Amino acid sequence: MIELSAKQLADAIARGDVSAAEAFETYRARAAADELNAYTWVAPEGTTAAPMSADAPLRGVPLGVKDLFCTEGVPSQAGSRILEGYLPPYTASVVQRLAEAGAPLLAKTNQDEFAMGSSNENSAYGPTRNPWDRERIPGGSSGGSAAAVAAGSAPWALGTDTGGSIRQPAAMCGIVGLKPTYGSVSRYGMIAFASSLDQGGPLTRDVTDAALLYGQMIGQDPCDSTSLAHPETIALPTAERLDGIRIGVPRADLAADGIEPGVIAAFDATLQRAQELGAELVDIELPHAEHALAAYYVIAPAEASSNLSRFDGVRYGLRHGGDEGLMAMYTHTRHDGFGDEVKRRILIGTYALSSGYYDAYYGRAQQVRTKIADDFRAAFGRVDLIATPTAPTTAFKLGEKTADPLSMYLGDLFTIPYSLAGLPAISIPCGLSDGLPVGFQLGGPAFSENRILDAAHALEQAIGFEPLEIS
Amino acid sequence: MSADVEYEPVIGLEIHVQLKTRTKMFCGCELSFGDPPNIHVCPVCLGLPGSLPVVNARAIHLGLMIGMAVGSELAPRSIFHRKNYFYPDLPKGYQISQFDLPLCLGGKLGDVRIHRVHLEEDAAKLTHVGESGRIHGSDSSIVDYNRGGTPLAEIVTEPDVRSAEQAREWLNMLRVTLRQLGVSDVNMEEGSLRCDANISIRPVGDTELHTKTELKNMNSFRYIERGIHAEVARQIEIVRSGGKVQGETLHFDPRTERITSLRSKEEAHDYRYFPEPDLVPITISAEMLDAARAEVPELPTARAERYASTLGLSDDAAKLLADRAELAAYFESVLEVDSVEPVAAANWVTELAARLDEGDPAGSKVEPRALASLIGLLSSKAINVGAARQVLDRLVAEGGDPLAIVEAEGLGAIGGGDELADAVAAAIAANPDVAEKIRDGNMKAIGPIIGHVMKATKGRADGGEVTRLVRQQLGL
Amino acid sequence: MIDREQVLHVARLARLQLTDDEVERMAGELSSILGHIETISGLDLDGVEPTSHVVEVSNALRPDVPRPSLDREVALSQAPARTADGFLVPSPQA
Repeated sequence: MIELSAKQLADAIARGDVSAAEAFETYRARAAADELNAYTWVAPEGTTAAPMSADAPLRGVPLGVKDLFCTEGVPSQAGSRILEGYLPPYTASVVQRLAEAGAPLLAKTNQDEFAMGSSNENSAYGPTRNPWDRERIPGGSSGGSAAAVAAGSAPWALGTDTGGSIRQPAAMCGIVGLKPTYGSVSRYGMIAFASSLDQGGPLTRDVTDAALLYGQMIGQDPCDSTSLAHPETIALPTAERLDGIRIGVPRADLAADGIEPGVIAAFDATLQRAQELGAELVDIELPHAEHALAAYYVIAPAEASSNLSRFDGVRYGLRHGGDEGLMAMYTHTRHDGFGDEVKRRILIGTYALSSGYYDAYYGRAQQVRTKIADDFRAAFGRVDLIATPTAPTTAFKLGEKTADPLSMYLGDLFTIPYSLAGLPAISIPCGLSDGLPVGFQLGGPAFSENRILDAAHALEQAIGFEPLEIS
Repeated sequence: MSADVEYEPVIGLEIHVQLKTRTKMFCGCELSFGDPPNIHVCPVCLGLPGSLPVVNARAIHLGLMIGMAVGSELAPRSIFHRKNYFYPDLPKGYQISQFDLPLCLGGKLGDVRIHRVHLEEDAAKLTHVGESGRIHGSDSSIVDYNRGGTPLAEIVTEPDVRSAEQAREWLNMLRVTLRQLGVSDVNMEEGSLRCDANISIRPVGDTELHTKTELKNMNSFRYIERGIHAEVARQIEIVRSGGKVQGETLHFDPRTERITSLRSKEEAHDYRYFPEPDLVPITISAEMLDAARAEVPELPTARAERYASTLGLSDDAAKLLADRAELAAYFESVLEVDSVEPVAAANWVTELAARLDEGDPAGSKVEPRALASLIGLLSSKAINVGAARQVLDRLVAEGGDPLAIVEAEGLGAIGGGDELADAVAAAIAANPDVAEKIRDGNMKAIGPIIGHVMKATKGRADGGEVTRLVRQQLGL
Repeated sequence: MIDREQVLHVARLARLQLTDDEVERMAGELSSILGHIETISGLDLDGVEPTSHVVEVSNALRPDVPRPSLDREVALSQAPARTADGFLVPSPQA
């Protein structure tokens, strides 16, 4: 059963070859036996999934859910000490929606604290390990979800992506990760990192599973003012060719420092396959992409500094220093409850919004954001999709970058521009470099998920990537 | 500065009004006052992780109505901002408010210009419990989030107010206007209307604005007047003794009449406003404007002016009726009955109102038709004023038809005829000294004779008619 | 770029206690991050509209219709300190 993709498992359940209860228990036992620290909570033995209708499209294929999605009565700690043991009184809209569609909650997956990080080393509950090499990071911040899917302890999982947090761990773990168009998936119940950038999406074994899961995630939610209806229904991809598809390649951006030769090699080989499938490669420019990282590291921390103000020791979560007065309660609770990376971003964000600095930082970053969106608009006038590597490197070693936060940030250079523009992009595994998976990122205009999934599917068939052998 | 410089206060007001919606600004919890604590709360208004705000359409509608009532320019596009600060009554660590793109800009009410009107959410209620709720030795407070998230309109005036009395009168006008708009209960005791004042002083004739202080949260009109008086006096004292006014936030204690500083100076606030990313812009459509306009009634100032200019009421009488929508409505329904003279109608609606305390005359036993008929009896001199008042007392107590009451009680005026002439003759005979004074040309001495006649006729005589008969019988 | 005093000021605004070591370390790390961010200060952005929302939606309004609130016990269940009916905090006036 565990060799089956989620789609194949759903079909097997539909045919009656296996029952939903059997599928749930098999994966529950695998998740409980996980050795990668991919989970922060696993459904206890004897859990029976909530009843679903007989024609529920996902048939009972269980789902790993990133810790920061609120799940009623189930710990939802967002990888943070400050929320240790927190039991929300409600469930995130998208988790609820997927449960009703037949994907019951299997487990909560480990993550960087409040989704801030690219390695999962910022989890208060210990780092998750990469199943390809346990000395290496699985990527982040949705590292637990990526590792769980790659290791086959979950058929599929939910992640969130703010600057690359679905795509980058998918790349590092050799699986598929889709960052959808901003607004297409409800954020209600997702513990916020940066509200104007956060977007939930699927991490799956293949492109078909991503389409199947994403298709059930979308929809306008009256509880999320920034959500909107997807203009298309999401079809399961069938394309095997790329005839007539124009793929833009921002060559200048690929010459940046720090991109590993093995990554470039796998990327170029994949472009070659795309051409063989009939795609036309077009050199394009995204003139402001080089400034995306700077704009992102103003906007995301600024929003985060405000979003995290609610963790004050009053209504939920940790409280320290309560004996020494209100100010001490605030400052000690937040000192002891937040990890270093979260503190750094709160400080940067507070600084960028503070009196006298707003225009120089936040105001300018918002203008850069406009320019980046304009660049994409111009590019998508000429091409259908844009291709880059997902990340400049393969999975690095635990501890390798923790001493230098900026070097960690630089790993997001290919993923961040899409986040700032709110556009969809997918990462698919395209090969190995020194035995570690390399991700290939394909992005498109807003709501072009069907186009992206179709092209990714055709490439996936041609690449024939060998996933990690599931044991 | 020399002691003989005259100073004038320059005052701007900031009024917070709780809007009369059913639910909170950004969630579906019901508004309440005086309910048990923490029962009208949900993930959104508790600021639980992952929750998101959604704007209450009715709050926007009521905000537009306020803007229309004060003649604001209504922003075609407006957005919400986050105002960041920590306090236990603020569950998210920021208040969702508006900053540089408020719902309504500019406007005027009476002689005070409006700077802006914007929407925001109210804070929760914090109750100091002192040592009784000690957390290991320190004083504690209890937070009740029922009020948190109640929709507020903040109305900010230009610094056009020049005295404490003007501030009180203008606030009253604003309160009456908002009540008649139906957008708020405007009850200061319950906190649905709260006022801060920005106060500075300057030498009379100066046109510059000087350093201002902010006097916070005065919870009655009387305290506002007294607080402003006290603060103006304090500032004049500082300046006269050679000092400088410091910009700070102040609290007025109505018991001691003392002004104290609310925040220490080193705790400079930096609210780090930025556009609220969880909400999308509000764009005001023609439909939204039409719907708001349809609900804006004729407002007190306009109505008072109409009563004075087209109905001939005195300014005072016009304002008295116009300021209370229910009196104005009743007055107008009395006018609808046949051809009642407006000034008389205004007088008698006022008489009625005085007998009903704060009650709505429409809910009393006095039908507008009955009041009109009473006025008719009086103007045709079928009864006199004293009798009319007695009839009104009966109407208030029991209702009914004035004519029937007059007949049943024998309250009809004694007009011409022998009965009154006889009574006058008897009165003259009983007061020869008074008659003598009148003959000598002192008509003001007539009182005792009229009193005698009124007593004899049980008050039914018409004063004018009695005077005429006295002159006739004394051959004047 | 950002000195100890600024780090302390910002930390105070953000209600974050920092040890002396942390202040020192953060000052260094934040300076290096802000150094990178400064690259946008050279861009010509005159007349460019800021983007605060990437979605082109407006008037996501909710009808003024009550929805069920939480049970008080549920609301209070996660509080670090509480009374029978409220959240207990150190007094701001203390």
